[in-house]
Amino acid sequence: MTERTLVQAVNRGLFEAMQADPDVILLGEDIGVNGGVFRATEGLAQQFGEDRVLDTPLSETGIVGTAIGMALYGLKPVAEIQFLDFIYPAFDQIVSELAKFRYRSGGQYPCHVVIRTPYGGGIKGGLYHSQSSEAYFAHTPGLKVVVPSTPADAKGLLLSAIHDEDPVIFLEPKRIYRSVTGEVPDGDHRVPFGAARVVREGTDVSLFAYGAMVPPTTEAAEALAGDGISAEVLDLRTLVPLDEDAIVASVEKTGRAVVVHEAPRTCGFGAEVAALLAERAFYSLKAPIARVTGFDTPFPYALENVYLPDAPRIAHAARSTVRSG
Amino acid sequence: MSTAATPPKVPTGSSGDQFPTDRLAAAYRTMLVARATDERCLSLQRQGRIGFYVPLSGQEAAQVGSAVALESADWVFPAYRELAVALVRGVPLGAILDQLFANGRDRTKGRQMPNHFGFRDQNFVVASSPIGTQITQAVGAAMAARRRRDPIATIAYFGDGATSSNDFHAGLNFAGVYRTPTIFFCQNNGWAISLPRERQTRSPTLAEKAASYGFPGVVVDGNDLEAVYAAVRDARARAVAGEGPTLIEAQVYRFGAHSTSDDPRRYRSDAQVEAARKRDPVHLLKDRLVAAGLLDDARDAQWWEEARAEVARAVESAEGAPPVDPMSFLDDVFAEPTPRLRAERSALEGLVRDGLLKP
Repeated sequence: MTERTLVQAVNRGLFEAMQADPDVILLGEDIGVNGGVFRATEGLAQQFGEDRVLDTPLSETGIVGTAIGMALYGLKPVAEIQFLDFIYPAFDQIVSELAKFRYRSGGQYPCHVVIRTPYGGGIKGGLYHSQSSEAYFAHTPGLKVVVPSTPADAKGLLLSAIHDEDPVIFLEPKRIYRSVTGEVPDGDHRVPFGAARVVREGTDVSLFAYGAMVPPTTEAAEALAGDGISAEVLDLRTLVPLDEDAIVASVEKTGRAVVVHEAPRTCGFGAEVAALLAERAFYSLKAPIARVTGFDTPFPYALENVYLPDAPRIAHAARSTVRSG
Repeated sequence: MSTAATPPKVPTGSSGDQFPTDRLAAAYRTMLVARATDERCLSLQRQGRIGFYVPLSGQEAAQVGSAVALESADWVFPAYRELAVALVRGVPLGAILDQLFANGRDRTKGRQMPNHFGFRDQNFVVASSPIGTQITQAVGAAMAARRRRDPIATIAYFGDGATSSNDFHAGLNFAGVYRTPTIFFCQNNGWAISLPRERQTRSPTLAEKAASYGFPGVVVDGNDLEAVYAAVRDARARAVAGEGPTLIEAQVYRFGAHSTSDDPRRYRSDAQVEAARKRDPVHLLKDRLVAAGLLDDARDAQWWEEARAEVARAVESAEGAPPVDPMSFLDDVFAEPTPRLRAERSALEGLVRDGLLKP
């Protein structure tokens, strides 16, 4: 075990994957000499050479399109998109190509590309350095969508992503890149996809979160404990595949559910969780499901703290849920 | 073959390779099979026996000449019009017809519209409908091949319309920066559905766009099998020698509609098509073979008959094949189905079991 920040855990995961397998190639903007704008790839070009850590021209469709070609040929490319907000030029390659290669070829051409990208608000990034658009990708059949919230998971889920056989969108919560520190297992530590993490057990209400929303949700649960409310916190970890059984089992126990995400509310991933609970846990529910989310606006610069869910808002929603039934 | 209007100052190697004379007859016969497939499939589509078809008439020499110039280890990234390329790669006509009929033998399991086929064994990557996306992918595969030290080239096939796409720019730019062993083979057939070539770009030629990416671009008469072959052999020689990519603009004319969903009379005159047909690549090669003493009218008639018979056999076999498994559309989304996909499958099986859905 070594204590690392979340971004250091990403870096360590990349380092170990590259050391173990010469087919692992990194490509992206400013990731080589500069080590990435968040330093996620710091030292890797120096360690493994510039032909394994490729500084690419400034073109997201070029990055993802060439990564797809490398993967078809048999390499294991890990592409970095500098901010999730800049992924849209590559949307065609991701949605039309990457997600569909295995399917449209009848299984002849698996296409295993990992796309790492920092996402989310809280760093004063305004409209174009703050978005949380995971729902687009979760809605696209053929993509796995992974969102770690701890350093140990950042490494463990990243190694699972690199060893997976399918395309993975790996969303890194940049707001907590450095604010969260934790023990990270050394060596080939892998966290399986589709297994939610119980952050805290509870009996009165289930709080579901992922990525950068896990710390404020956990903080809310602590505040609720002071009010005599026992809140269970589940970190979903992977949106696709989703640990549906853990979500349903938690609500069967608590009878109440609050879903938290920073993305806009309409068609956000919380809607999927709420629908799942309506379908599979309806008769266990004692109160309406609550969502604590970003707003249906673009992401505001000066007022990002108003926009983003925080512990008091999450706790308030949980209390209302407990009071209502 | 003439060079682009503003040739870049990059040394261009020449393989000096000429089309092998002993393969001219086989190339001609492949072109006849492709032309006969067009004739038959247009009629199959009108009869409702296949859902769609993308004809390639007019582009046979460009496709066959370029494909013969490749080696079997090279990787082809096609668009959806490259039927004759697939034939040269060794894909059986029957396997192509299976895809057009989307039957139970279709290697791609009935997942895509006709002509969007792919054959891993022949390094013929599966096509898609979005325009130009295969261009960056061909560059990435070339980067991977070079990393593996495999002495191969990748080739991206695309049309004149694709030169306006994002991936054309990104792909050629990456290829220039990394000097990848890639051949960009543009079949400029004059039309991107209804938009004529001269309204696609102000550039006098498409080939000269290569100059801005720092590598050579050449224009070649796409109706001339041997000229196309020589251009692609040169590009391939440069690629595997580490001299980087080449853009080839093969100038052809699309004799037919863009697809069976298109009516070209809305945007071009029959007179223009008739003028273009005077340089029909099939006729040009026939004349060449006759002049070389390799063909006469009697044998030509016999080869046409054999080509049409081969197509008829493939059609009959594909049409008679069992249909695609009704549950198979749920496969291959991922290597292993997610819990959600497993639940969806069992829900569908329940509907079928209860007689509520007839696959």
